[in-house]
Amino acid sequence: MRFAVPVFPGSNCDVDCIKAVREVLDRPVDPVWHLEGKLDDYDAVILPGGFSYGDYLRSGSLARFSPVMEGVYEAAEKGKWVIGICNGFQILLEAGLLPGAMRVNDHLQFRCDIQKLRVENDRLPFTQDYGREEEIFLPIAHKEGNYYCDEETLSRLEQNGQVVFRYMGENPNGSVADIAGIVNEKGNVLGMMPHPERAVHAWMGSADGAKLFTSMLHDWRENGAA
Amino acid sequence: MYKATIVVRLKPSVLDPQGNAVKGSLHSLGFEDVEEVRIGKTMEVWLDTSDSALASERVEAMCKKLLANPVIENYEYELEEGA
Repeated sequence: MRFAVPVFPGSNCDVDCIKAVREVLDRPVDPVWHLEGKLDDYDAVILPGGFSYGDYLRSGSLARFSPVMEGVYEAAEKGKWVIGICNGFQILLEAGLLPGAMRVNDHLQFRCDIQKLRVENDRLPFTQDYGREEEIFLPIAHKEGNYYCDEETLSRLEQNGQVVFRYMGENPNGSVADIAGIVNEKGNVLGMMPHPERAVHAWMGSADGAKLFTSMLHDWRENGAA
Repeated sequence: MYKATIVVRLKPSVLDPQGNAVKGSLHSLGFEDVEEVRIGKTMEVWLDTSDSALASERVEAMCKKLLANPVIENYEYELEEGA
């Protein structure tokens, strides 16, 4: 099982993602510069956090047209796993691979914290190692994490179990229905504001992100290639 | 040459926290009569064409594809010849 981590100008969590895959799963993982258009050699793609293209215009709006996104669309279409973390989530929304849009936090501040979350769907390849409605702690660090979608989309997300992570306690950004992470209808494209890659060892303050990575490997072993 | 002045705004249904913060500041500066503030973006785009229908078509396409996010934003624009 081979991972790709696309790197855009302004990405800054790419190395964290690469290290998380190496240290938790011991699987091959490559950084892929955004001018590369093909991701055929990979089974999973992680779009990392950061400030791609300086967050100009709207977060993620310019990265969406990078050549590497062709490979991301193709991977998503083929049912391979695509994860967007923080800025990666914003890119997936702008790209239309996930429904909704990101707004600036309702308090207008950059929020950097350890956040309590609940795993709302533990039947996904990304979450199967978590317990039912398990409460976990992951770091957040963003100013544009205020997820928005219209009511019709929200009820569809809720009905289909597409809300994967929800903020517990105080909502750190004002997102609709306390949403912290969602998955597409097919269940192979995940977007989330919290950073699982920054919480894979106890010394990091939490190791709760590790199960997201181990879930994928377990699914891979059980079901073979995606 | 045509110049397009494009205004991108949050849809009325989408909360504008920046507008609210500015409203609060205006109130504290004595502008208590301000009822609402909405913040948008203005973009000026110059197009190398003399055909206004074509200019309009191009601006429409770039708004849809990149300049506005239709999930949360509306856009409008004006074309000005030779600007």
